Parts: sequence; C-alpha cells; structure tokens
Amino acid sequence: MLEALALPFMQRALLAGVLVGAMASYLGVFVVQRRMSFLGSGLGHAALGGVALGLFLGYPPLYVAIPFTVAVALLIAWVRERTELGGDTAVGIFFSLSVAIGIVLLSLKTEYAADAFTYLFGSILAVGPADLWAVAGVALLTLASVPLWGRWAYATFDRDLARADRLPVLADDYLLAALVAAVVVSAVKVVGILLVAAFLVLPPASARLLARTFAGTTVLAIGLGVAGAVAGLFLAYLFDVPSGATVILVESGLFLAALLFSPKT
Amino acid sequence: MAVEEAIRLEDVHVRFGPYPALEAVNLTVPAGAFVAVIGPNGAGKSTLLKVLLGLIRPTRGRVRLFGRPLERVPPSWIGYVPQFKTLDRSFPALAIELVVSGLRRRWPGRLLPGERAAAREALARVRGEGLSEKSLARLSGGELQRVYLARALIRRPRLLLLDEPATGMDVLGEADMYRLLEAYRDETGATILMITHDWEAAYHHATRVLVLNRRVIGFGPPERALTDECLRRAFGHVGHEHTLAFHPERRDA
Ligand SMILES: Nc1ncnc2c1ncn2[C@@H]1O[C@H](COP(=O)(O)OP(=O)(O)OP(=O)(O)O)[C@@H](O)[C@H]1O
Ligand SMILES: [Mg+2]
Repeated sequence: MLEALALPFMQRALLAGVLVGAMASYLGVFVVQRRMSFLGSGLGHAALGGVALGLFLGYPPLYVAIPFTVAVALLIAWVRERTELGGDTAVGIFFSLSVAIGIVLLSLKTEYAADAFTYLFGSILAVGPADLWAVAGVALLTLASVPLWGRWAYATFDRDLARADRLPVLADDYLLAALVAAVVVSAVKVVGILLVAAFLVLPPASARLLARTFAGTTVLAIGLGVAGAVAGLFLAYLFDVPSGATVILVESGLFLAALLFSPKT
Repeated sequence: MAVEEAIRLEDVHVRFGPYPALEAVNLTVPAGAFVAVIGPNGAGKSTLLKVLLGLIRPTRGRVRLFGRPLERVPPSWIGYVPQFKTLDRSFPALAIELVVSGLRRRWPGRLLPGERAAAREALARVRGEGLSEKSLARLSGGELQRVYLARALIRRPRLLLLDEPATGMDVLGEADMYRLLEAYRDETGATILMITHDWEAAYHHATRVLVLNRRVIGFGPPERALTDECLRRAFGHVGHEHTLAFHPERRDA
C-alpha cells in the first residue's frame, strides 16, 4: 500500500484529500449547528452547473465552478434574508436552476460525459496540478477565516446576543456561505458532487456526539474529516472504485462508532 | 444636570409591519435607578429592551444611553439577560463557556486562567457555583437563569437589562436575586431595567416602575406608578384580590 505514496496522482489526491477533509469538517461544524445541511447538498449540485460551464467555456472547471457556486451561495443567503421564503426553499430553487444549466451545457457535447462522471463520484485520478492549486487557494482563505471562529460560534449559539455585542452577524452569514461554497466545490474532485454534502456533515455530526464543547467538536471534526479522507482515498486505490464512495463509507463507519460510544446514549 | 441620564427615549415608535408595538415612548431614567417594567403580554416590554440593545431599530424617535447614541455606547457597558432562552439545546457548551462569552464577546475556545476565575466568581455570586462544568443542555430553567445572569454581570455593566429574570427561579432564588441586584447597584451605581410580571417584586425592589402598554401609562416611584388607575389603563382591569396584597393605599385595609 505504501508504494501508492510514490505515485504522483496519489500524492496529489492525498494532499487535496487532507486539505478538503479539514476544511469541509471545520466549516461543516457551523453548517450542522446552524441546521444548514441542505445548503451543503444544494451547493454541491450547484457546483455541477459551474463545472459544466467551465467545461463548456474550455477553462479548468474548478476555476469557473468556484466563483459560480460562491455567487449561488450569496444569492441564496440574500433571498433568505430578504424574503420570508426560508433558506431551504431558496436552496431548492437555485440548486435546481444550476443543475438544469449543467445538464443543458453537458448534453451539448458528448465528450464531456467521462469528465462529468468523475465530478459526480470523485476519483483519485482526477486531481490535477491545477486542481491542487485551487484547493490550496481555498485552504488559505479558510485558514484566514479561523480567527473568526469565536465570532461565528457566538452568532451560531445566539444571534441576538452576538448582535447586541455588535458583531457583524449578517456580513458573517454571507462570508460563511461563500466559504462553504468554495470548499464544497474544491472537494468535488475527491468526493464527487453527489456525496459532497455528506462529506460536509458526517465528521461534525460524529464529533458532536462525542464532544462536550463547541471547540472540542471543531477539533475532533477536523481530525475525523482528515482521517476519513485519507482512509477513503487508500481504499479507492486498493479496490479501484470512485473515491467519493469510499470516503463516505469510512466516515459513515466512524459515525456509527461515535453513536455506539457516545456518552449520551 | 446633576444626575447623569442612563436612558433617554424621545418619541420612540416601533412598528412590525402595520402593527404598532411601541408608540410615542418618552422616557428618562437617571443613572443608578432600579426600574421595574410591567405591562400585559404583548405590551412591547421586550421590544423596548431590544430597542435599547440596538436589536430593533425604532421606526421613529431617538434613543440615547449615557448621553450617547447607541452606536457610540461600548457593548461592554450593557449586560443583557434575554427573556426566552432561545437556547439551542443541541449547542455543545458548558455553563462556564456561556459566562465567559459575556466577558469576551466571542464564543470562547480555550479558557484563560483569568477568565476561568472571573467566571467562577460570577457564578458564585448568583449561587451557581456548582454549575460551571455542567453542559448547558442539562441545566434546569432556574439554573439557566442564574448562568445567564452571571454572564450579564461578569462584564460589570453600567446598565443591566433583564427580561423576566425570575422566571423559573424558586422563591429563595428569587429573593437572592433581588438582594444580589440591589447589592450590585449599590456597589457600582449601575442602572437596572427589569421586566417582570410580579407587581409585588416591582413594588418592593424597584426605585421606579414603568407601566407600559404600547405607550407609557405611568412612570414614577412604585407607590405613584402602581395605582389602580394606571394598572387599569395598562391591563384593562385590576383584579382586586391581587392588588390588595401589596397595594400601598390598601396595605393596612
Ligand atoms: N420580530 C417581531 N416581528 C413581528 N412582531 C413582533 C416581533 N417582536 C414582537 N412583535 C410583536 O410586538 C408586540 C410586543 O411584543 P413584546 O415581545 O415586546 O411583548 P412583551 O411585552 O415582552 O410581552 P410578554 O409579556 O409576553 O413577554 C407583540 O404583539 C408581538 O407579537
Ligand atoms: Mg417579553
């Protein structure tokens, strides 16, 4: 198994896996606690529209999909704030629209079909150098947001208390939504569009079962996310199956274990 | 101006869509006062507090705290205990973390030794010394009130805004709380604004009572604000068997 580490594509996949595993779990802690899991799923699907647009225009798909999906996330946040529709309806509308755009663009040229398959299910072969740069860029942005953890956690706990202490709660909502979108897109090569929402939600959910504090949940979720991504990628290599499926299988196993060992049950 | 003004509201109106929650509220509270706010459900009491916190922007009128517009009042000057603990019970947190959040104005990750000590002291003051390492989700209603009170006190605010803080507390706990609030006010000269449905407590502990029902019905020393006339105008009617127990004019009747 160690010989896999010598393969450049595997090195790239692992590096990307560690980074997106850490980022998705870090942001996923907020997503889960704010009950925005559906947003993750919606943004994963919105990424399909962005990827298709990238393929159609002939640019590296992630470089088009990231701004596209961030824009969709900001639109969703805006509709949620401005109307009484509720976040889930806003997510539903925009994610269907993006998927529809994606399907139209993909069916215009049949040679996209194979590419589209790796985006749907994830693949260890799919992470190219350009993708790795995109992932690294998003990782830097996420790292830059870490000092905001206390602010975001405070507003997650109680919006009004945070607002009374004059934290920029609304601006932070947009920032968080944009960052979640960027991270979701940067994870699709590894886990695929179909399963990226679970990738965002599973490690934080497992961590939540085991930890007593929000800080503890955050740290544990990152650890579980990284472990799940690395183990899943090796399994994908061993059995030659899409990496999205193996990563989520490992993370689901960890979740079941957390359920069994949870102190509250 | 001999005594500083803690709160000054001028012609404050708040509407939610077409529904007026507050109308033409004029109010001046001198620093160091202990104000009890009473009024029926839906009278706009919590709305008034949220206006003072900057959570609700008045549709009309002017709000000043300590002579300053709200945006120039440091948040640490105000301690707030919300009414309904909109507490998300699934949020993983220890009581001590909630208390420290009052000091840090961020959610705490790692607690510094100084913060830990300050939080323990604040919890001890509200008779919640055993609560610090407990999960918030496991606290009883009265225990949660104490933790929120400790959270408001730890920043040593100049203005305490309390929305029905006695809810869920047992009788002794309530008496302790009033003693604590009075001691804090004596010690620091802080101003306290407390919403309550307990007229008796308002009468005995407040220096001023504000009777509110969308408008200011009465404001003054308890014996002048808690009159049949004011209460009737605020509540529509006065249950005499209730008022007899505490009503100043009838006390010896
Ligand atoms: N965010 C809001 N949107 C719309 N209406 C609101 C909002 N907040 C309060 N209201 C309405 O404003 C009125 C005053 O509400 P408020 O919460 O201030 O009453 P209250 O005096 O605190 O009552 P209670 O004794 O029940 O706590 C109520 O009719 C309420 O329905
Ligand atoms: Mg109220």
